[in-house]
Amino acid sequence: MTVVGRTLKAMEVDTRILGMVGALLVIWLAFHIWTGGLFITPRNLFNLSVQTASVAVMACSMVLIIVARHIDLSVGSLLGFLAMFMGVVQTEWLPDLFGGAEGPAFGHAWIWVVTLLAGIAMGALIGALQGYIIGFLAVPAFIVTLGGLLVWRGAAWWITTGQTISPLDANFRWLGGGAEGSLYLWPSWIVGIFTCAAICFSIWWARRERRRFDFPQKPLWAEYTIAATLSALVIAFVATMTSYQVPSRAAERVYALRGWEVPEDGVHLVFGIAIPVLILGIIAVVMTILARRTRFGRYVFAMGGNPDAAQLAGINTKRMTLWIFVIMGVLCAISAAIASARLASADNAVGTLDELRVIAAAVIGGTSLSGGRGTIFGAILGALVMQSLQSGMAMVGVDAPMQNIVIGIVLVLAVYVDQLYRRRTED
Amino acid sequence: MNGADPLVEMRDIHVAFGGVQAVDGVSIDLYPGEVVGLLGHNGAGKSTLIKVLSGAYQSRSGEIYVQGRKAEIHNPRDARKYNIETIYQTLALADNLDAAANLFLGREIRQRNGLLDEVRMEAEARQILKRLNPNFTKFHQPVASLSGGQRQAVAIARAVYFEAKILIMDEPTAALGVEETRMVADLIQQLKREGIGIFLISHDIHDVFDLADRLTVMKNGKLVGTVRTQDVTQDEVLGMIILGKMPEGAAQKADA
Ligand SMILES: Nc1ncnc2c1ncn2[C@@H]1O[C@H](COP(=O)(O)OP(=O)(O)OP(=O)(O)O)[C@@H](O)[C@H]1O
Ligand SMILES: [Mg+2]
Repeated sequence: MTVVGRTLKAMEVDTRILGMVGALLVIWLAFHIWTGGLFITPRNLFNLSVQTASVAVMACSMVLIIVARHIDLSVGSLLGFLAMFMGVVQTEWLPDLFGGAEGPAFGHAWIWVVTLLAGIAMGALIGALQGYIIGFLAVPAFIVTLGGLLVWRGAAWWITTGQTISPLDANFRWLGGGAEGSLYLWPSWIVGIFTCAAICFSIWWARRERRRFDFPQKPLWAEYTIAATLSALVIAFVATMTSYQVPSRAAERVYALRGWEVPEDGVHLVFGIAIPVLILGIIAVVMTILARRTRFGRYVFAMGGNPDAAQLAGINTKRMTLWIFVIMGVLCAISAAIASARLASADNAVGTLDELRVIAAAVIGGTSLSGGRGTIFGAILGALVMQSLQSGMAMVGVDAPMQNIVIGIVLVLAVYVDQLYRRRTED
Repeated sequence: MNGADPLVEMRDIHVAFGGVQAVDGVSIDLYPGEVVGLLGHNGAGKSTLIKVLSGAYQSRSGEIYVQGRKAEIHNPRDARKYNIETIYQTLALADNLDAAANLFLGREIRQRNGLLDEVRMEAEARQILKRLNPNFTKFHQPVASLSGGQRQAVAIARAVYFEAKILIMDEPTAALGVEETRMVADLIQQLKREGIGIFLISHDIHDVFDLADRLTVMKNGKLVGTVRTQDVTQDEVLGMIILGKMPEGAAQKADA
């Protein structure tokens, strides 16, 4: 074994993930050179992060679905339906409800929260319906969600008979990022430093736990290297995001909106971490804990590894299936909020073909379609790889049909390489 | 055993798959500290019968009594509530999970905050597996990468760990080497002394003869009969298995 190999082994690093990060860097560098230095810039990376968020959020729970040997083809349509539903809730129902006698209260401070909660409830309900049919009535997920793909896209059209809903509530639009929907300078750094602290704490905690039973430990230098590398990545990310300047007109708008005092030498504002990216981060952490550290997640993986064994171990696989699809519905709602807020409008085509992007992200990220294997982090990386390819190709002027061809080929290639890798590392 | 209530009594069990009568009116019982060997050719219905007891299948008729009381076993969780543990012929392991995760599947140890206590589960798994297979070291690999015998050790550990009163072993040594088979035999003797009742299914008639107090033979889903091991020869039992007839002279029903 080489020195590098030994070092990685001591650190217990997942070399698959490392390979994906390497592939991502290669893609970034190639486009950076090709575009003459426009790709790896704060501006482009910020946009990339925002564009990735919506698909990545859904990919987080698509991993669980695929791990449990199901599939969900309805997420794109469901996203469209939920976007339209939330559009109507925030522009028609809630303003009237909150307004009372003086007429509709557009821009009411509570509209965005109530809208989001209504969307999440609706998403959970639809997820429960599909999950019930799959789990309890034993209709294959492929069929149920293929039906869902048609049903929810049609239903999205019915809500307004095809009319676009615009503009959306001003506060709601923050969920989509942009000048108003960012953390700016200090909050971004606070999030970054908090994340670093959390990384160090979790490494220390894991070590302490293993010491409780005198288990073999990783060498100390390995722990330090991992903590330092991850923290450096977080800091680099925050530094990049906070060096992207908000254009002065937009910055003035934000100052006015927030009622901040304008300094004498004019407004200076940086974007920092976008709200949708913050949402994605929180969801990624919650979903990872759910998948790896709870009974629920353990059972999802057991169902994927051997459904009969799961059942014989007393796991209620029907109810598990229902809940897995409820989670998918909830994340579809959050995704729908991000996607429509970014467009500042909702029309019944939002999310078209997203089911394929989400499934591809999960699969490129190492989720096995035969079930039992996959990681949340990998799926997010997969979404980022796909979005990087798409944005990069758009920047160098590759037209849309060609983009699809390339992404299609990359999907097949990624899975092939993954299988080669597995055949070599597992016996 | 004299006069005591049986630990388990299954009466008139029927299970059919489509048109096939896999188990057809079989009754069987088991006393504390006793090993009952369940014999029969391939497809005789042995696994199906014990899966009714472990909650995987439902009987169309008949009853199950545990320690003299009528038991309602509708799913594997119910069976576990009666301290019935099973080593399945297929082992029933989730191949993508490691040994500890399989051992505690469905009964995970949790920390006070509700999250899995993985370190504790690993420690327990190391302890019990050391007893069954001292060479067991692959604690962090998915069980798919273990040998057949190591996988069987995990399945046995799972049944033994949770303090069964009634233990069902469906071909527990099929994949084991000579030494490991002897360790399982020792384990069975030890569990017997602790008063646990064991249903042992095996095709190795010598093993069964050494370990079992009574033998129950099935053929084509039907009960051929139950005999005390000490009352019969191996040839007579082979006759029961192949011909489906009770040997001359053996009591028509041998009660323990
Ligand atoms: N899930 C099932 N679906 C349909 N038929 C089944 C099923 N399980 C068992 N059978 C049938 O029921 C009968 C009894 O099978 P069972 O597995 O109980 O036999 P066995 O005595 O355990 O055999 P072996 O010694 O090969 O393990 C067989 O004819 C088998 O084909
Ligand atoms: Mg069998």
